[in-house]
Amino acid sequence: MKHKSPLQRFALSIVVGAVLLLASGHIDELRAYQGAQIAIFAIAIASIVLLTGYSGQISLGHGALMAIGGYASVIAQIHWHLPYPLAFIVGTAIGALAGFLLGIAAARLRGPYLAGTTLALAVGLPSLANQFHILGGEQGLTFDVGTAPPWIGKEFSQYRWFFWVCVTAALAIFWLLRNLLSTRYGRRWRAVRSNPTAAALSGIDVGRAKVLAFTLSSAVAGLAGSLFAMLLGLVAPLAFTLTLSFTLVTGAVLAGVSNLGGSIVGAVVLVAIPELSGSIAAHLGGSEKVTSNLPGVITGVLLILTVLFAPNGPKLPHRKR
Amino acid sequence: MTIFLNTILIGLNSGAIYSLMSLALVLVWRSTRVVNFAAAGQAILSTYLGYEAMNRFHNYWLSLPVAVIAGALISALVEALVMRPLAKRTKGTPVEAIAPVIATLGVLGLIRSLAGMIWGNTFLQYTSPLSSMGFKIGHTTIPFSPQNAAIVIGSVVVMAIFAAIFKFTRLGLSLRAASFQPEISRLSGVRVDRMRTIGWAFAGAAGAVAGALVTPTMFLSPNSLDLLLVTGFVAAVIGGLESLVGAVVGGLVLGLGFAFILQYIGSSIIFSAAFVILIAVLLIRPQGIFGARSSREA
Amino acid sequence: MTLQLSNVKVAHGAITAIDDLTFTINEGELVTIIGSNGAGKTSLLRAISGLLPVEHGSMSWRGESIVGKRPEDLVRKGIVHVSEGKAVIPELTVSENLQLGGIWRKDRADVASATQMALDLFPRLAERMSQGADTLSGGERQMLAIGRAIVARPQLLLLDEPSLGLAPLVIDQIFAAIDSLRRSLGITVVLVEQNALSALRIADRGIIINLGKLVATGASADLMNDPALRSAYLGY
Repeated sequence: MKHKSPLQRFALSIVVGAVLLLASGHIDELRAYQGAQIAIFAIAIASIVLLTGYSGQISLGHGALMAIGGYASVIAQIHWHLPYPLAFIVGTAIGALAGFLLGIAAARLRGPYLAGTTLALAVGLPSLANQFHILGGEQGLTFDVGTAPPWIGKEFSQYRWFFWVCVTAALAIFWLLRNLLSTRYGRRWRAVRSNPTAAALSGIDVGRAKVLAFTLSSAVAGLAGSLFAMLLGLVAPLAFTLTLSFTLVTGAVLAGVSNLGGSIVGAVVLVAIPELSGSIAAHLGGSEKVTSNLPGVITGVLLILTVLFAPNGPKLPHRKR
Repeated sequence: MTIFLNTILIGLNSGAIYSLMSLALVLVWRSTRVVNFAAAGQAILSTYLGYEAMNRFHNYWLSLPVAVIAGALISALVEALVMRPLAKRTKGTPVEAIAPVIATLGVLGLIRSLAGMIWGNTFLQYTSPLSSMGFKIGHTTIPFSPQNAAIVIGSVVVMAIFAAIFKFTRLGLSLRAASFQPEISRLSGVRVDRMRTIGWAFAGAAGAVAGALVTPTMFLSPNSLDLLLVTGFVAAVIGGLESLVGAVVGGLVLGLGFAFILQYIGSSIIFSAAFVILIAVLLIRPQGIFGARSSREA
Repeated sequence: MTLQLSNVKVAHGAITAIDDLTFTINEGELVTIIGSNGAGKTSLLRAISGLLPVEHGSMSWRGESIVGKRPEDLVRKGIVHVSEGKAVIPELTVSENLQLGGIWRKDRADVASATQMALDLFPRLAERMSQGADTLSGGERQMLAIGRAIVARPQLLLLDEPSLGLAPLVIDQIFAAIDSLRRSLGITVVLVEQNALSALRIADRGIIINLGKLVATGASADLMNDPALRSAYLGY
């Protein structure tokens, strides 16, 4: 994809989008739901890949940034009565703001400290919902974006509509990020990642580049959180647990950390794991304990094995950059 | 005045637990330069094993050593089976710093899910024979129970044992030397790989003590120690991540700080306060409140 | 015939540090290895003590191969390496640094007498036993590093640039100590130095290497009197 112009990429996105959206008419509700989930995870993983793969910073707390985006969208809808596309934009913007603030601190932190700080965010932030009335406590807040607009067709199912929204958002994000990474910002981030000292010596403001990367990454995570809230129909502490952050990191590691396209592969694997473990558990005749925890076991094992045996990501046939 | 003293007692109790988790993180950091996010998972698994032992022997005090030994073994296994091969494989590659962080995260996720699979995601009671009702002084009940006393005394004992080992034994000297200067230590005949595993084992034991002591005052579930991981990390950062004394003091500072915030401001800002403290310490004094100096002390 | 290297090759990443080096050092000899910066002297010592892997060739000590052995095991065979740059642990006290030298040894009585010997050789350390090693001067640190090696009861002592960054007066003290050490204990010493003249004065023989290869070897006096070598490698 490296040698394609933005316009060519745009055309490609349109074609891929059209194929996916047309195909959505032929799949059942569950698959449409999973398709939407894949699109959301792909966006969220891309936000981590953008951060870790391109600017060399690490975040274990992107689940929390998704929560920030999700809650912001819902509150924008409930309290400001914004239509949901605008609510999504609010979610994205608030995510960016949170990321900007975090990024200022993050730019000065070395790896383990940054990892710990973002992990603290992932563990602690959802608990804030219980403290403030406006966030709806343990039950959370419902998010109702309504059904598909009438002009699109009468028999249009709810999840098929979500699938459309999420796929469109994912394509737009990937198109934007791909183009962004081939501009000078992308080149700066890569320089910062591979050798911060050399980057600084060649006149790049390393701190600023890192803050910008964190802001952008969080904006993308905020959008993923908004879409996630739409798909679930609610925001609640239990929707944005530490497990979600784990899952995203796993997806990014499986994606190969510095491979934007790999995000999609990572997302597919993440959605496939519960599906797969469901059928394994059914075969084993497992109890509820086994069924509900098998995905976590598989994710953990996959994460450990990937780091051990393919720390740079699985050897996908990927381009030199 | 009573409220003030009560607040201090509450702070000491939680501070003792934070200190133990902070010690667990610092011990691992010193031996392998890794922040071990799996510490919470290792501690919860050891606590579950302590719980199992209690169901078998019907004796809380017998279950404590079981949890501690399990904690040490689990931690040593994680180091030997995952972290050591990982360090060898990623040495000198761009992912050298990130890979261990992700690996410990994977271990944390794996252990939590395994615990859920075995014991369920429900709340279990790991009960101690000591009462969780506060002591009575005259007619007033203070917010400090016999179990709280056990927590504080147990933590002090563990820390005293660690201090004695590190300060006065040849093993302790080897552990310190290996963490400060691995190459000079090897040239002096110290088996540095073994010291790393032992450092992890000590850390696992400290985490297990924290889990087995604090759980009777709450409940046991696969993620019931997650928040402790965060407070332990904040405490470790306050202490400078490098110093064992700093780890303990960091835990106490945080425990007391939280107790006073809870008493005088309210619970709604606890998490935000922890987060602000963490970021403030990291930005203003990244070497911790006690910085490099105290590292020689122990 | 005690330390024998034949056709040894040592690489540092992609760079060959030592190439096809062959020499023998006899029991009880003090041999100095001389060469300019980047000649491969440090890599050579690190390979002998097990810190760097040997790509090719063989190395043996008292007839036993030491290729692929780990430093912590070689210490137990009497090969003690004082690495470059005042190899002490600043976070530990002077006394703890000395203790570390004998940490693996079972014979505690002999550790005590070896420690005493180190303190007799460097009385300044005795005055500073409970201080942190970070409070010592450069010369004292070098004394402590050598002292730690003495406590390990070395049979083959590898010293990497003990004079580096020290004042001339202190350098003389250190060299005098090395000389008296090998005389009283009869141990084999390999001394890597840039300060060629001082090293040759106490050495029996010298080995000159350049860019990882052997240039010349001979008795100290002969090397010092060879005009070509003097101007090219000995720098005076």
